[in-house]
Amino acid sequence: MNPRIRLTVGPVLYYWPRKTLIEFYGAVADSPADTVVLGEVVCSRRHEMKPEDWLSLAHDLAACGKEVVFASQALLESESDLREMRRITAQETYLVEAGDASALRALAGRPFVLGPHVNVYSRPALLEHAALGAVRWVAPVELSLDAIGRVNPPQAPVSGGPQADTPIATEVFAFGRLPLAFSARCFTARHYHLNKDECGFRCIEHPDGLLLATSEGEPFLTLNGIQTQSAGQHCLIGEAAALREAGATRLRLSPTAQGFGEVLACFDKVFNHGGDAGEARAALEALSLPGGLVDGFAHRRPGLERSWT
Amino acid sequence: MSERREAAVRKPHLVCPAGSLRALKLAIDAGADAVYMGLKDATNARNFAGLNFDLAQAREGMAYAHARGAQVLMALNTYADAREPERWWRAVDTAAELGADALICADTAVLAYARDHHPQLRLHLSVQASATTYEAIEFYRERYGIQRAVLPRVLTLSQVGHVCRHTSAEIEVFGFGSLCVMVEGRCALSSYATGQSPNTAGVCSPPAAVRWEDAPEGVRARLNGVLIDSYAPDEPRGYPTLCKGRFHVEGVRDYALEEPTSLNTLAVLPQLMEFGISAIKIEGRQRSPAYVEQVTRVWRAAIDHCAAQPARFAVQPQWVAALGRWSEGQQHTLGAYNRPWR
Repeated sequence: MNPRIRLTVGPVLYYWPRKTLIEFYGAVADSPADTVVLGEVVCSRRHEMKPEDWLSLAHDLAACGKEVVFASQALLESESDLREMRRITAQETYLVEAGDASALRALAGRPFVLGPHVNVYSRPALLEHAALGAVRWVAPVELSLDAIGRVNPPQAPVSGGPQADTPIATEVFAFGRLPLAFSARCFTARHYHLNKDECGFRCIEHPDGLLLATSEGEPFLTLNGIQTQSAGQHCLIGEAAALREAGATRLRLSPTAQGFGEVLACFDKVFNHGGDAGEARAALEALSLPGGLVDGFAHRRPGLERSWT
Repeated sequence: MSERREAAVRKPHLVCPAGSLRALKLAIDAGADAVYMGLKDATNARNFAGLNFDLAQAREGMAYAHARGAQVLMALNTYADAREPERWWRAVDTAAELGADALICADTAVLAYARDHHPQLRLHLSVQASATTYEAIEFYRERYGIQRAVLPRVLTLSQVGHVCRHTSAEIEVFGFGSLCVMVEGRCALSSYATGQSPNTAGVCSPPAAVRWEDAPEGVRARLNGVLIDSYAPDEPRGYPTLCKGRFHVEGVRDYALEEPTSLNTLAVLPQLMEFGISAIKIEGRQRSPAYVEQVTRVWRAAIDHCAAQPARFAVQPQWVAALGRWSEGQQHTLGAYNRPWR
């Protein structure tokens, strides 16, 4: 019997109204998810949720048996961004996921999670971060499964934590539009010919981001404020064996505006209850956003490719 | 005395790109204080065919620079491959043997190796490490002893000043060249389309993935099959760097991410020098030796002028004209330093 693969609900990368978020996490509370990552990781201007709103949400989710992790923002530019990062890293009730090296400095000496935007591409690099106290590693999205297995092999995992005695758990981004890049510039505002500081928060109109297609009409990327994502939804539902071989004990599923409950149910069925991957993938395909499902990164291929026919 | 002290502005080093031995020599002859170069493999972020140095060339370049009082900085700024991190260690050893004046690194694994095995070697934090705050820079300084950090091209001028005031590491900023609109070291757009990215392979939108094709409307430029841009017969063509293409968003075709422009920070040179920045970097190891020579010459003159009379500094029209010839899209921008889009 394989050990349970834990399911992590990644941070909501889009700007959703407060009511939508609360409803979304209400549904997550009753789902098979094990862990929920909270916090705004993309844009510091987004303000639907106040710090106390996030904390009360965390409290409710924890009361429902979910592990809560707070993520710090990936791109910090101003002193107020740093203050927000310090506020998140200062609380010790919940584990914190580091979004950048500023957060690493604040978290050193405590158990914490290495977020997907901290660049760990090799075992020696993971050892460097293990020495800081990391207990969990979310691999960079462009890293292939074979590389992930070399960085933190299940037979010989890197030990982290404050006492250097905790085997680091590997978490792999397994579903959703891939967060590919960050910029100082807001592409949603640019599209609407608005300045970033007077953006009108137009990203709230696009609960799964704003689709960017080639001139031939092929969905290619997704604009989400200062973040650029893939248009294709990365989907590793058919990779149970390869994921286990690579040492993944957790899968990160990135929230979508519609059908996310189905996504969680499909992954739980396939990874923890012997469900059929082909059927589950067909179900996810039916739900998929423009751009369809992709899995190239897992196989050391261009990310927009898919390995099945 | 006090007046003299006010006038004595710290003169930043002019750090110029050397994609080849010829470019290295021209840069030094044109007044570069330092050049940066890489070896012929994936250990550096400009891993293009025909570019960079083999051992003999590196030795010759090093000797040429050192004989003229210039420094050579070795870029080892990609992330060590999980299959073969030893290749990065060997590159560090090689750089030390060659007598490089500093290594430019991004990967904590590479920084740690250099710190532990070559403690005398000066370390610069590459822009690929994405250190956008003084907290991040201090993290690398405290842990790896970096002496200088190259700032990503995403900060405003006042944010650059804020960083300078809060870290004891030297700060290097980009002065001129192609503009990455994305934060360096955190962009996987190229690997999404082609399987190769700056972090994993030292390339962005690699030439091997580019295909030009004739079309009824003119010429189409594809990257691994993805249509990045198309040009009418009379339209100037640019290299199809992924983020500089024209795409459709809600039915509008436009440069959705970034127009092809070049960064040029001549206009803010006095402020940068007032912040006490230590170095100004010129982008373009992939550009021609002629580009390197002429851009170096302009920046040498500008830095010397500014250091001599910072209060009276004005950008000279002949500098603008000279740099304009080498700009992508023939346009200049201050980039994030002054955000017209902010």
